[in-house]
Amino acid sequence: MKICKEEKVELYTMMLKMRIFEEKVSQMYREGHIPGFIHLYIGEEAVAAGFCGILREGDYVVSTHRGHAHCILRGADLGKLMAEICGRATGYCKGRGGSMHIFAPEVGFLGTSGIVGGSIPMAVGVALQAKLQRTGQISVSFFGDGASNNGTFHESLNLAALWKLPIIFVCENNLYASSVSTIRSTSVKDIAVRGTSYDMPGTIADGMDVLDVHEKALEAVNRARSGEGPTLIECKTYRFHGHTEGDPGLDYRTKQELKKWREKDPIQKMKKLLVSEKIIDEKGLSELEHWLKAKIEESAVFALESPYPKPEEALSKL
Amino acid sequence: MREITMLEAIREALRNELQRDQSVFMMGENIGPHGSVFKQTLGFWEEFGDDRIRDTPISESACVGAAIGAAICGMRPVIDLMYLDFFPVAMDQIVNQAAKLKYMSGGQLRAPIVLRSCFGAFKADGPHHSQSFYSWFIHTPGLKVVIPSTPYDAKGLLIGAIRDNDPVIYLEHKALYKFKGLVPEEEYTIPLGKAEIKRKGEDVTTVATGFMVHKALEVADEAANEGISVEVIDPRTLWPLDKETILRSVEKTGRFVIIDEGYGPCGFGAEVASLVAEEAFDYLDAPIKRVYSHHVPIPFSPVMKDFVIPGKDRILEAVRSIT
Repeated sequence: MKICKEEKVELYTMMLKMRIFEEKVSQMYREGHIPGFIHLYIGEEAVAAGFCGILREGDYVVSTHRGHAHCILRGADLGKLMAEICGRATGYCKGRGGSMHIFAPEVGFLGTSGIVGGSIPMAVGVALQAKLQRTGQISVSFFGDGASNNGTFHESLNLAALWKLPIIFVCENNLYASSVSTIRSTSVKDIAVRGTSYDMPGTIADGMDVLDVHEKALEAVNRARSGEGPTLIECKTYRFHGHTEGDPGLDYRTKQELKKWREKDPIQKMKKLLVSEKIIDEKGLSELEHWLKAKIEESAVFALESPYPKPEEALSKL
Repeated sequence: MREITMLEAIREALRNELQRDQSVFMMGENIGPHGSVFKQTLGFWEEFGDDRIRDTPISESACVGAAIGAAICGMRPVIDLMYLDFFPVAMDQIVNQAAKLKYMSGGQLRAPIVLRSCFGAFKADGPHHSQSFYSWFIHTPGLKVVIPSTPYDAKGLLIGAIRDNDPVIYLEHKALYKFKGLVPEEEYTIPLGKAEIKRKGEDVTTVATGFMVHKALEVADEAANEGISVEVIDPRTLWPLDKETILRSVEKTGRFVIIDEGYGPCGFGAEVASLVAEEAFDYLDAPIKRVYSHHVPIPFSPVMKDFVIPGKDRILEAVRSIT
């Protein structure tokens, strides 16, 4: 697939932005600024970022409990995102949602979700609306390997294929649903084969290679937009942190396995490519990283300087 | 005004809204060529087409979830789940998604969906087709629960429910589909959250829902022969509840009986009884009485079913016991 230099830089930038943001969230969590649980996307950036540049305004993305990156993909305001994670009044949801229940409809992000598989049907509904009202929108539903064993996954794929809806189902297979590996939970080795059960293409993408995800994503997006119906893309990926922050993730994974996957870091891979193809030099990369760090630092400052909601606002009418 | 059945009133309400507003559409099992299990959508598929009167596979979760997705993008889906008994199959979508979206999004998203079905014990439908657990949905913040007891209420409340911007559960008691009453031909709405005094009385306040409203009215007739004047209040919307109408009535009568086809523990009756005890204590001249279904699954055999759900005898006994 031909992809120009600028697009490669865009993909890299998006992944790096996600990584730096998540690392900042991790730091803030350790410093005690974040109540509740957080589930970080570190290591999986190629999957969400692979959709960069091919979704339009008006398209909707629905995500999971591990959803900050998808929100960033859609162009969310980092300050409002960080503030919501910190439970502040200036967050997207005024502090009512937090990390697992973030909604930014103004940028086409219809939510992280606290219920595994719970938001897949909603993504189908968005696509149904797009078809009924002929809006040309598409819907992208991100979920994990765990969700692919849940009833809502099966019902949703059946419905989407039956009604030929403009939707892409993206399974982020990071091999573990919390602590339970796919070997112990999933009856198939490749979740992509489940596409066949529902009469839709089931593609496998290398979830540690943003260019591979991008190519598969573009194909699926074109299919959806041209009215050919849904696609299931299984992205084989891996999270470098535990299921939640505070969980080292080593009582169900080995250090060797983690090391093996860290060597496939999608950001390092793309960085090497940009340098080798002389698209951007080390100095340029360093400046980009500094710039992104400054932006994310800004969002953290905004969040920490924002007030908490007043307690009685829990009951205020919306 | 003319006399039509509650079924016909429901049909009129649905047809009115489908004709008036292109964003209204329906999904459910058997609602297309079959016209729905009780014929609530008879003729609709032919009139409005396959897109807007959509038969679905037996995928309650996906269908309720899809309704939510379509609703937050500006449509007004009316979902037919056939029997209240099937709602639990889609429980996460109802309770964790639809009910919470507005609140947890900080008001950014709203889901104007209507979830409709029949409910209640009738003939010999058995344990999986006879239930009345609407109290689960009253207990869940973010859901409105509406139960009409007359054709007039059925039409106005359903139009009101479809036009409401938040999730509404609209339940049709099976025993009332053929019940006739006067209904205007033109469109009208009944505001959600407003009770109606179906029969004025001076001695005892009763609150009843759905089919129980009619049993309460029959009991009121019999009680009148014994010199007891019974007031029958139909909340119409179980949540948000019109507390004022109920409390004003208890203030007048000093005696209260709640009649509910749901179960006792944590039922709608328990909620209203507590409310009256908390806020009308000074007006009560007798203990509050609750009449509810015995706490067992609704049995199949009609004689047992009739024993389990509140019958006139039990209701009359409750009224007599405090007067």
